[in-house]
Amino acid sequence: MAPDPIYAGRLAVAAHGLAKDFGAQPILRDLSLEIERGEFVALLGRSGSGKSTFLRVLGALDGDVRGDIRVPRQRAIVFQDPRLLPWQRVLRNVLLGLPRDAGTRTRALAALEEVGLSHRVNAWPRTLSGGEAQRVALARALVREPELLLLDEPFGALDALTRIRMHKLLRDLYRRHRPAVLLVTHDVDEAIMLAERVLVLGDGRISLNLRVDIPGPRHHADPRFGALRERLLRELGVDSD
Amino acid sequence: MQTATVGSGAPAIAPPSGESASRRDALVDPRALAQRPAGQGLVPRWLQRLLGPALLLAAWHLLASADIFDPRTTPAPLTVLRTAAGLAASGVLLDNLLASLQLVVKGLALGLSVGLAAAVVAGLSRAGENIVDANMEILRAIPNFALLPILIAWFGIDDVSKVLLIALHVIVCVYINTYSAIRNVDAGLIEAARTFGVKRRELIATVILPGALPGFLIGLRLALTGAWLSLIFAETINAPIGLGRMMSDAREYFRVDIIFVLLAVYALLGLLSLASVRYLEARLLTWRRAFDGA
Repeated sequence: MAPDPIYAGRLAVAAHGLAKDFGAQPILRDLSLEIERGEFVALLGRSGSGKSTFLRVLGALDGDVRGDIRVPRQRAIVFQDPRLLPWQRVLRNVLLGLPRDAGTRTRALAALEEVGLSHRVNAWPRTLSGGEAQRVALARALVREPELLLLDEPFGALDALTRIRMHKLLRDLYRRHRPAVLLVTHDVDEAIMLAERVLVLGDGRISLNLRVDIPGPRHHADPRFGALRERLLRELGVDSD
Repeated sequence: MQTATVGSGAPAIAPPSGESASRRDALVDPRALAQRPAGQGLVPRWLQRLLGPALLLAAWHLLASADIFDPRTTPAPLTVLRTAAGLAASGVLLDNLLASLQLVVKGLALGLSVGLAAAVVAGLSRAGENIVDANMEILRAIPNFALLPILIAWFGIDDVSKVLLIALHVIVCVYINTYSAIRNVDAGLIEAARTFGVKRRELIATVILPGALPGFLIGLRLALTGAWLSLIFAETINAPIGLGRMMSDAREYFRVDIIFVLLAVYALLGLLSLASVRYLEARLLTWRRAFDGA
């Protein structure tokens, strides 16, 4: 089959008219979304809005969906919990599912170096801190050189200071590798801080689509930051005062 | 040292006496109150743990030397030790021990392979579960020893039925624990491995089986203790040689001292079995120990 011309050119994600129900409860209704290659998109939504379900559909973890959808073959997911195999050392976790050759090993070591964990290559996952474990999960995703990186609330379980460091790390990695990124989060500030475009999922479709036109590095104190924040919170049904 | 509280005013409730009031106001060094970790003395922990059995032995010895026990029903520890030395020197103990050990090893080998294979088949496929699991539940529900008459009817009264009796027990222990461990491997890990392109074969080898290993080791622990129990029962039926034979001979000739020696041997065998499983756990589950130590 010839590659889809639309997908092969410009897009990393092309989804049109997606619909999915949990029993009688519709969770996605006529959801359409395009993500360009190399674009960083954040997806916000209240809990239960279906944002994680949508990410699982993109990640080929859930095939029970109607509509048109195309994603790249090279994908990687980082979950909220790092999901490292506790009985394999850090390096073997990064190499999980990859062919065992010297080249792959070198790439895995390089990925661990990029996330600042060269010194933990032979550690057992259970001796890692939460932030370190999540950095291993990032390295495991990066080493696959994904065209689409799916992040499912990857920093949700981390403490505030670690989260700030992880934001910077993720921005650096994104700048260097330029995959298309879909970051699912419930943290409005995180979305504005990291993404080029912020979406809100409501009523099973994209209810708001905002471009973040703030050149980096972004600061909370920036008035444009505050305006975006206000707008997004309103869309999410939270009044900021 | 006494510290005065400044500006706090009079306490709402007057302390009962001046002395306790100053005690209440005084600060203390929290290190003096902190609980010290137990058992960090000069004596190693394993030696400390032998204190209980040692006290029991000492009490036994004292009561026996005070002639409180009837030596015909309860020999003194030293008598038991002498009997043991005699049995060991003549080679009788070793011959019988080896004969019994051989049965247990065979039963374990058979039981482990069948139990493990059944657990993997039932754990990894729905069809395997349909065929194997209910049968295992039935086998588990039947007391093993109730099967002995059937085993004897089918396989005679020699070693085969004894090995099978032991094996049946081992199969059930290993199967139940390994099967549920396989089914309880973290679904999140399996899902993550799949998204990273791990194929079925590698999934079984690197995710499912290592994840089920702790459960298997629990099964192995139960299987080992149970194997000795089954052996004792099997050998009471008909055994030309073995610890069970020694036991029935001792009962026949009312050699209570030999019975005590055999009890001690069974205890040691059980403890050794447990120690060997602990050793295996320490070797195979380093990733978990790393966590406990942190």
